[in-house]
Amino acid sequence: MKDFFAHWMTQNFLVVAGIALIAWILWSGAHHERWQRAWVRLRADRGGMIALWVVGIYLFIGALELIHLPNGKGGHHSILDVAFANRVALEKTYSAPLSDTLLSSASGEKLTGTHLLGTDTLGKDVLVETLKGCSTALVLGGLTSVIYIPLGTLMGILAGYFRRWVDDLVQYIYTTIASVPSILLLISLMMVLGKGLFQMSVAIAFTSWVGLCRLIRGETMRQSERSYVAAAKALGQTSAAIMSRHLLPNLMHLVLINFVLGFSGVILAEATLSYLGVGSPVGTASWGNMIDGGRSELSRDPLIWWNLTSATVALFGLVLSLNILGDSLRRAFDPKRG
Amino acid sequence: MLNHIIRRLLYAVPILFGVMILTFVLFRGLQSAQFIASQAVGAKAPQAAKEEFIKKEGLDKPLPEQLARFVGRTMQFEFGESWKSKRDVGEIFTQGVGPTLLITIPGFIAGIIAALALALYQVFVRNSLADRSITLVCVAMMSIPTVVYIIFCQAVVALQLNYFPASGFEWRGLETAKFVVLPILIMAIVNLGYDGRMFRAVFLEEVQQDYVRTAMAKGVPGAVVLAKHVLKNGSIALITLVVGQLPSLIMGSLLIESFFGIPGMGNVLVLAIQQGDQPVVMASVYLGALLYIFALTLTDILYAAADPRIRLS
Repeated sequence: MKDFFAHWMTQNFLVVAGIALIAWILWSGAHHERWQRAWVRLRADRGGMIALWVVGIYLFIGALELIHLPNGKGGHHSILDVAFANRVALEKTYSAPLSDTLLSSASGEKLTGTHLLGTDTLGKDVLVETLKGCSTALVLGGLTSVIYIPLGTLMGILAGYFRRWVDDLVQYIYTTIASVPSILLLISLMMVLGKGLFQMSVAIAFTSWVGLCRLIRGETMRQSERSYVAAAKALGQTSAAIMSRHLLPNLMHLVLINFVLGFSGVILAEATLSYLGVGSPVGTASWGNMIDGGRSELSRDPLIWWNLTSATVALFGLVLSLNILGDSLRRAFDPKRG
Repeated sequence: MLNHIIRRLLYAVPILFGVMILTFVLFRGLQSAQFIASQAVGAKAPQAAKEEFIKKEGLDKPLPEQLARFVGRTMQFEFGESWKSKRDVGEIFTQGVGPTLLITIPGFIAGIIAALALALYQVFVRNSLADRSITLVCVAMMSIPTVVYIIFCQAVVALQLNYFPASGFEWRGLETAKFVVLPILIMAIVNLGYDGRMFRAVFLEEVQQDYVRTAMAKGVPGAVVLAKHVLKNGSIALITLVVGQLPSLIMGSLLIESFFGIPGMGNVLVLAIQQGDQPVVMASVYLGALLYIFALTLTDILYAAADPRIRLS
């Protein structure tokens, strides 16, 4: 089973499936009048459109690293590896950006290649590592969302629609989880589950669904008062049909906004957890690991700043774009309150 | 009023039990006794030592019995001893309270005041270029991980410019200040972007109310309306936001203390995380939740005291 999921063909399939899923959600939303109006407003919002493009570029780079091809020798490598194969050679250790000698050697040992952003302690090219960090961030954010979004939406709709004891139960569960400071809960989960991207997704999802659930519950209660729900009830539709066919489409925009803003939270959480030593496994090309490594490098002489800076800039670019896009989406869907 | 207080307190009890059960399931239910023992006495320790640990901690008993024992001990604030330093967990935390409060309280207050000033100014000049730029800066500040703020301040202000010591802490009267100025500063800045934006939204909602228009029509200057009326009426929403921030206070101090080598609760916790010292982490989960629930209940009661409408609903 583990071999099956680790196989590169399976991973390619999962990437394509993930992209197809996002496309399907957007396409099904496109029929909804509310989404069409929101799209028109978003198109007019310059900041939001720039953010959307930037996020798209990150997605593209991430996909390049995630999709693997056979290398003709029985193994496989990513498209990104192929693209940089001729440019990047593994050095011995640190070298400054665009420098042609190793940093530490007094004799000025020559490098085997040039590195736009220098190399890290293992001699890996920082630019390539930073680009690979995109895929780690996207996998992490994607996995987390796949877990917490259905969970939060389902619990929220159930609590808001049935009310009474269902609502009491759901409220009790999420109040309990929310009363533990999320960083402590994350740390505890990571200690028990162990390091790893999947484990981190489970942990972050466990703390993230609460906010979405609260939002969906409130909006479901508001929507349930509307006449279209009463009409559906009067026509004898089942509760399941009312929730999935009538309520859900009217809540999907909240899910979308929460997804975009939640994604940025996941990336920030990865940086914190990796610093605490319970995040990405050692050796993963993740921005969190690079930032964590950079902290000891800044007190060295000469200062090694390129590793930390590249990771921070890459992370900042994605998180900022997601935050701006999320705000723009909120304004586009709800112009009065935004 | 008394009824309301009792109701709020009773409401907090099941949640506290929920937190205990959650902690227990995480650390005892999901891990096998053998695994816990090997974590506690070391993986290479002889089997006999592990068996002895399991016996001592009662890990071989059925889970419900273990849960009952855990709940009973936690309620009396007995968290057992640390796996690594063998000291009492309660004692470790009590020692860390002083340095932690020395950083978190001034940092938190300074941060809130800065965010308030920023938000009031933004509402004063709302929809102008200045307002929009500040909002953008706030969003940018939210998009930087806490770790990067700390690393940057330490590398540039402490190491390169040599203004403050890069790390360390000593109780030396007034001189203690030089160790804590930078941590306090970071503490204040870390949440500024988020707070500023939230506060602005609260005030913006408030200035659209009728009483603001009335005051303006009477000829009260705009700045006075903001400082006197809007700030006062927005304060209920502000307090909710501020109490909601308490958990992130813990996180801020967690990272800051460990970077600057301040021997507070956060530092203890980071060390425990890195060493896999589970009793310390379990205790911190419970104490964190307890503080949060306490603060939330207290604000609820204060609201009811201020606004009779809440008492009746």
